[in-house]
Amino acid sequence: MNSHPEPVRLYGLLAEFDSADALLQAVYRAREAGFHRLEAYSPFSIEGLDEALGGTREYVPLITLGGGVLGALIGYFLQWYSATINYPINVGGRPLDSWPAFLPVTFEIAVLGAAFAALLGMLALNGLPRLMHPLFELEEFRRASSDRFFLCICSRDQRFDPQATRGFLDSLGALAVLEVPE
Amino acid sequence: MADSPTPVAELRAGDIPAGWSYRSLTEKITYIVFYRRSRLPWFTGLALCLLLSLMFCAAVGYLLFNGPGIWGIAIPVAWGYAIGNYVWWIGMAQGGTFISAVLLLVSQTWRRSINRSAEAMTLFAAVMAGLFPILHLGRPWFFYWLAPYPNKMELWPQWRSPLVWDFFAIAAYLLVSLMFWYAGLLPDLASMRDRARGRLTQVLFALAALGWRGEARHWKRHQTAYLLVAGMAAPLVVSVHSVVSLDYAIGNTPGFHSTIFPPYFVAGALFSGFAMVLTLLIPMRRFFHLEELITPAIIDNMAKVMFAVNWVLIYSYVAETFTNFYSGDPYERYMSLDRLTGLYAPVYWIQIFCNVIATQVLWWRWARRNLTVLFILSLVIQLGMWIERFIITVQPLHRDFLPSAWGAFSPTRWDWLTLFGSCAFFVLLLLLFVRLLPAISIHDLRGQLHEQYGSSAGKPGQQSGQRSAEQPT
Repeated sequence: MNSHPEPVRLYGLLAEFDSADALLQAVYRAREAGFHRLEAYSPFSIEGLDEALGGTREYVPLITLGGGVLGALIGYFLQWYSATINYPINVGGRPLDSWPAFLPVTFEIAVLGAAFAALLGMLALNGLPRLMHPLFELEEFRRASSDRFFLCICSRDQRFDPQATRGFLDSLGALAVLEVPE
Repeated sequence: MADSPTPVAELRAGDIPAGWSYRSLTEKITYIVFYRRSRLPWFTGLALCLLLSLMFCAAVGYLLFNGPGIWGIAIPVAWGYAIGNYVWWIGMAQGGTFISAVLLLVSQTWRRSINRSAEAMTLFAAVMAGLFPILHLGRPWFFYWLAPYPNKMELWPQWRSPLVWDFFAIAAYLLVSLMFWYAGLLPDLASMRDRARGRLTQVLFALAALGWRGEARHWKRHQTAYLLVAGMAAPLVVSVHSVVSLDYAIGNTPGFHSTIFPPYFVAGALFSGFAMVLTLLIPMRRFFHLEELITPAIIDNMAKVMFAVNWVLIYSYVAETFTNFYSGDPYERYMSLDRLTGLYAPVYWIQIFCNVIATQVLWWRWARRNLTVLFILSLVIQLGMWIERFIITVQPLHRDFLPSAWGAFSPTRWDWLTLFGSCAFFVLLLLLFVRLLPAISIHDLRGQLHEQYGSSAGKPGQQSGQRSAEQPT
């Protein structure tokens, strides 16, 4: 870290750990100490880590369901409208709204809609794409996608204090505590 | 890597040998893309595939000028290689989705080191599959008429036609496979971004990774979305190949018009897909030295699933033939007899040899663990499954109801060029894939390491001690 003449505005303080369990323990301890603006970064999905951070409302399944239902409605409406209203044509005396024959396309579009909704909903809720982020400025953070686990206490947290929080993170047994400039 | 207490050959499927760390996993897999010098076999393969792909382009170009008459198809056999190839490719694709989606849903952790390459295979095979019906159209440049869009002709697709269902099924399948693949790739693209050295590769991977940081809540949503898409991909696999089979089954030609077709086709698809993944994994494992990650136990499991599906397929062969005789319908009976003894009977018996007799070697464990045997068998299965689709398509058509309308089909050089050209293009895409993207899901393997070794997983050199302490023998 460069030492600046005037204090840099911080995004937060980043503590580095070398195992998933150490990160999980650190998150529990930080929550106990009353911190709320916490972010935990890991190179793979860790069971229970998001609950430890306070949990999130699960919107992805709802969004996916919405996408699926919307897809099914659009798919069916498209066929129903074109076959009965816009261009009714008698094929061998079959009913214009021959719904069993309309189901394959309805199903495919429903799945397509649900998959799109799941992926785009996940990205949107995660605030991605976001190509610039304060954390990307840290060389050390590159290891968050390989073998390091990070806990970030954000400066937005009411209990955040550059000195005291650093001391707290050190007491958690972090390998290193890094300043994240905003 | 480091010496391992358990020999690789005796690991449980999906287990990573001791001595691996998060870092060494990341390095091993990203190394293939970033640092490994391309060796002669890869370049030779690439050059050969490029050459044959050019030939494919030439064959398609000639087709565009002259129409499908350059192929051997003529009434009554209006469906030839193009349709057979199409079913072959799309069937292969299904196996990849099955491995990544269904094995995820049933918590088979051994999918973790093979799902990425299986999904890539799916995607490329589906692309090849999508080409063939379009090429077969006669006027391929009007293929967009299959899509419902407001047009001056004021016409709509015929929604009651399986060919239109097929268009939607393939399009949806291709897009969902792509999204599923990309969702799984996203965290690994971030690993690539963070390990890239050159500016251009950094920027490209950074753009592709969308700024993935690995935040816990992001992971949670990512896993949920991934699981949900997997849950939808599983029925999609079944629906796509069922719809493909309806292209045949809704027609009234003896040999096409059969209710067994949807499950029969799905079984065949999974069978050929697993075989294709084996064809792909065995050389990849060897050339990129992934023996410790793609273990014999994984290959053994693959072979077992393939063999199980093989028996469903064999049952379908028997049931189809039995039903044709049992139906009492003279045309169905004649079609079946002709299949066993007629013009194409030699080809049919090759199919039976490849798909029924040769596969019985899988009863033995040594065969399922012998990579040479499996590799050859997987190629034999590819051949057998291609012949199956050829027989299903051509043989019923050449002897349908009226003897005055009977005919025969023989392929022209353009049929062969298109078939082999498409294979070369497929291999070309795979060769590029293994050198441009992480061919194994790194984040899944890190998760596996964590599940196996707990908190000691991150520290190289400590696990062997940890592991033997857990198992005091």
